[in-house]
Amino acid sequence: MNGFDALAAGLACPVPVNDDTVVQMAHGGGGRKMAQLIDGLFLPAFRSDALAQLGDGAVLTVGRERLAFSTDTFVVQPPFFPGGDIGSLAIHGTANDLAMCGAEPLGFSVGLVLEEGFPMNDLRRIVASIAAASAQVGAPVMTGDTKVVDRGKGDGIYINTSGIGRVRDGVSVGPERAAPGDVILVSGPVGDHGIAVMAARNGIDLVTQLLSDSAPVLPLVRALLDCVPEAKAMRDPTRGGLATALCEIAVASRVGMRIDEAAVPVRSEVRGACELLGFDPLYVACEGRFLAIVPPQAAERALAALRGFPDGAQAQRIGEVTAGDPGRVLLRTAIGSHRRLERLSGEQLPRIC
Amino acid sequence: MRHVDEYRAPQAIKGLIQRIAATMTRPWTLMEVCGGQTHAILKFGLDELLPERLRLIHGPGCPVCVTPLEQIDRALAIAATPGVIFCSFGDMLRVPGSHGDLLLAKARGADVRIVYSPLDAVALARREPTRRVVFFAVGFETTAPANAMAVYTAARAGLTNFSVLVAHVLVPPALEALLSAPGSEIQGLLAPGHVCVVTGYRDYERVAARYGIPIVVTGFEPLDLLRGVHAAVVQLERGEARVENQYERAALRDGNPAALQVVRDVFTVCDRKWRGLGEIPASGYTLAPAYAGFDAVQVFGLTDVTVDEPADCLSGLVLQGRLRPTQCPQFGKRCTPEHPLGATMVSTEGACAAYFHYGRTPAQAAHPDAARENEVSAL
Amino acid sequence: MCLAVPGRVTAIDGTEEFRTARVDFGGVTREACLAFVPEVEVGDYVLVHVGFAITRVDEEAARLALDALQSIDALDGDDDAAR
Repeated sequence: MNGFDALAAGLACPVPVNDDTVVQMAHGGGGRKMAQLIDGLFLPAFRSDALAQLGDGAVLTVGRERLAFSTDTFVVQPPFFPGGDIGSLAIHGTANDLAMCGAEPLGFSVGLVLEEGFPMNDLRRIVASIAAASAQVGAPVMTGDTKVVDRGKGDGIYINTSGIGRVRDGVSVGPERAAPGDVILVSGPVGDHGIAVMAARNGIDLVTQLLSDSAPVLPLVRALLDCVPEAKAMRDPTRGGLATALCEIAVASRVGMRIDEAAVPVRSEVRGACELLGFDPLYVACEGRFLAIVPPQAAERALAALRGFPDGAQAQRIGEVTAGDPGRVLLRTAIGSHRRLERLSGEQLPRIC
Repeated sequence: MRHVDEYRAPQAIKGLIQRIAATMTRPWTLMEVCGGQTHAILKFGLDELLPERLRLIHGPGCPVCVTPLEQIDRALAIAATPGVIFCSFGDMLRVPGSHGDLLLAKARGADVRIVYSPLDAVALARREPTRRVVFFAVGFETTAPANAMAVYTAARAGLTNFSVLVAHVLVPPALEALLSAPGSEIQGLLAPGHVCVVTGYRDYERVAARYGIPIVVTGFEPLDLLRGVHAAVVQLERGEARVENQYERAALRDGNPAALQVVRDVFTVCDRKWRGLGEIPASGYTLAPAYAGFDAVQVFGLTDVTVDEPADCLSGLVLQGRLRPTQCPQFGKRCTPEHPLGATMVSTEGACAAYFHYGRTPAQAAHPDAARENEVSAL
Repeated sequence: MCLAVPGRVTAIDGTEEFRTARVDFGGVTREACLAFVPEVEVGDYVLVHVGFAITRVDEEAARLALDALQSIDALDGDDDAAR
C-alpha cells in the first residue's frame, strides 16, 4: 500500500449530523435550513398558491381591490435594544412586509405571549411603543390577543403581529418579477440591526453608538412607487441579510445577479464589529432597509426619490439582474475578483478562527 | 479601518500580482497553513487573481477541523451532564461528533453558550456558583495564552465550579508530519501569522532547514498574503530556503514573552490525535500538574474513549493539502454545510466549507482564470 | 485560525491585577486584557484575539512595508509610461 492509500485508509470521518428529529436554531435563521423547513414541511402541507409565491406577504384579490396580508413573530432578545424595542419592531416589521408588497397598511393585529413574572413596567413600555409605531405608520391596532405562560416557559415576551393592507393601483411587485437588465438598489447601509442587537448580548459586550435601523420603510416606499410605479420587486433583508434576500429573489425570478461589493453601503461600526466577530456584513440582519429592483431607465429616478429622505440618504445602486444561471448571485469584490453569494447555511456564529 | 484597509487597496494588489507573475519562471506549489488565511484567499478571490502556475494548497490550520471525534464526544458528554453550563467559541458548535454536535445538544436541552473570550466563561462561573461551568479550550498557539489566563484567573479567584476541556494543538509538529509524508508536493509555506505573533518563528527555522523549503511568516489581509506569496516565490526562484517575516508589524522572531510564560505555567506539551492526521507526538497541550484540578476530563471522570471513525469522507486528504475540496466525490452532493461529512465542511474555516460558500466549482478549481471568464461572459 | 483584529486603545484601567483597555474597532468598542502587552499606552494599536491584546502593532514597520509596496507600484507605472 503506498503512502497515499495508507493515509486514505486511516481517515477520520464522523457520522453526518442531519438530525431533524428536533427543531434547531438554524431552522429559524433565515438561511438554508429554514428554507428546507418551508419547502419540505409547510408548502406541501398548506398547498396554497399564495403561499408558494413566498413573498413578504400574500396578495389576494377581493372584488376590485388587491389586499396584502402578512404576519411576523418577534422573539428578539434583549427586548430593549439600542434604537428600539420588541414593540416598535413588531409593528415596523409587519408594516414593512406590507410595504414590500406595494401595499398601504390598513390595520394590525397584535398577539402577545407573556411569561409569568415579566415586569409590568416593561410591558407598559412595550405597549406604548407599539402604539407609537402604529400611529407613525398610520394604521391602527384593530384586534389582538394575550396569553400568559408559566414562568420558565417563555423568554419574557413574544409578539406576533399580522397586517392587512391595500395594494396601490398600478403597482405590481413580487419576488418573481425581476428580469435581466433590471437595476438593484438598496435603501441604506446594511447590518445595523443585527450588530446593534448582537452588541447588547451578554458575552459579546460591544459598546457602540450604533442603533438598530428598525424603522418604517413606508415613507421611502411610497416615494419610490410614486416615481417608479413600475418597480418589479422589493424585499427587506431581515434574517439572513442582504445576500439571502438577493438569492431568494434570484431563485424566485429565475435570474442571475451581479453585485458590486464596493457599492454596498456599510457603516464603519458594522464593519468593525463584523471584523471582530468574523461576520460578513452581507449576511447580517437589517430591519429598516429594503432592496428594490427597478427597470434600468427608472434607476436614477428611484435613487433620487429614496435620497430625499434622511433614512434613504445612503441609498445606492449595488448591481444588476442578469440572464445568467437562475439563482446565481455573483459578487464582484473590491479587488476585481468574483465569488458567488450563497444563502446562509445556518446562523453566523462568532468565530475565533 | 486602520491597519486593515491599507492592505485591501486594489491598485497595490493588482501591482503585486503582476509582480508575482513576472517573477515566476516555472510553476510553484505553496501551502498556506492557517484556516484564516484560506478564508481570506477565497473571500477576496486571490486564488482567482494569482497566476495559474501558482498552486495554493490549503493546510490543516483550522483547530476546528483537526479536533478529533473523541474531543467532541467528551464535550457532548459534559454538556449533557445536569447542572453544567458548557461554554465554547462559536466555531466549535457545528463540528460533528459521533452523535451530533453541540448545537444539537443545545436543541435537546443542554445549556450550551457561545463566548467571545475565555474570560467570559470565568465571569460566568463567578456569577453562577451553583452551576459547573466548563470551557472548551481549543485553538492553536494563538489562543493558548488566553485560555491559560482563564485558568490562571480562575485559580487565583479560588473558583471550584470552573474547568476546561483542553484540545489545544501545535503547528510545527503538524507541519513536520505533513512535510515528511511521502508524496508531499509542498515547495514553500506561508506560516500562520498570528501563531507566530505569540510563539515567534524560531521553531520554523529548523523546519525550513530540515526540509529545504522557504517559509514566510504571513498575515491575513490580501496584501499580506500576496507579499507572502511573492517572498516565497522569489526564494524558490533563487533556490533559497529560509524563514522570512512578512508580518513585520505584528510578529517578532521571539514572539510574545509574557504570553509564552503564562502558557508554560499552565500547560504542558503532550501527544495529540488530529482528525485526518492521526496521533502526532508532542503536538498538543494539556494542563500542567499544578492546574490539574481544572481539567474537565478529571472533574467529570471521562474515561479514555477511542472512537472508530468511519472512513467515509476525505477530510484527511484535504487537511493534508493533497486533495482539493472540489475533487472529493462527496463535495456538494452528499457533503454540504447542511449535511457535513467532515469538519472541513462544517467549520467556516474549513477548506471545503470555504470552497462551497465562495462558490468554487470543480471547473474553477482546475482553471480559476478560465472559469472566471466563463462566469463573467455568461452574465 | 486566529482571527485577531487591529483596534485603537482609547482608555486603560489599571486597577486590576492585569490592565484592561477599551479598544475601538471602527466605532465599536470592546474591552481587552493587556496582560501580554504591558508596554501599551492609550493611542496605540493592538491586535485583539478572543479578548486579549496579543501584540502592539508596530506603526513604523507597517509604514515601511507599505511605502516599499508603493515604490514598487511607482516603478511599474514609470515602466508603463516609458513604453
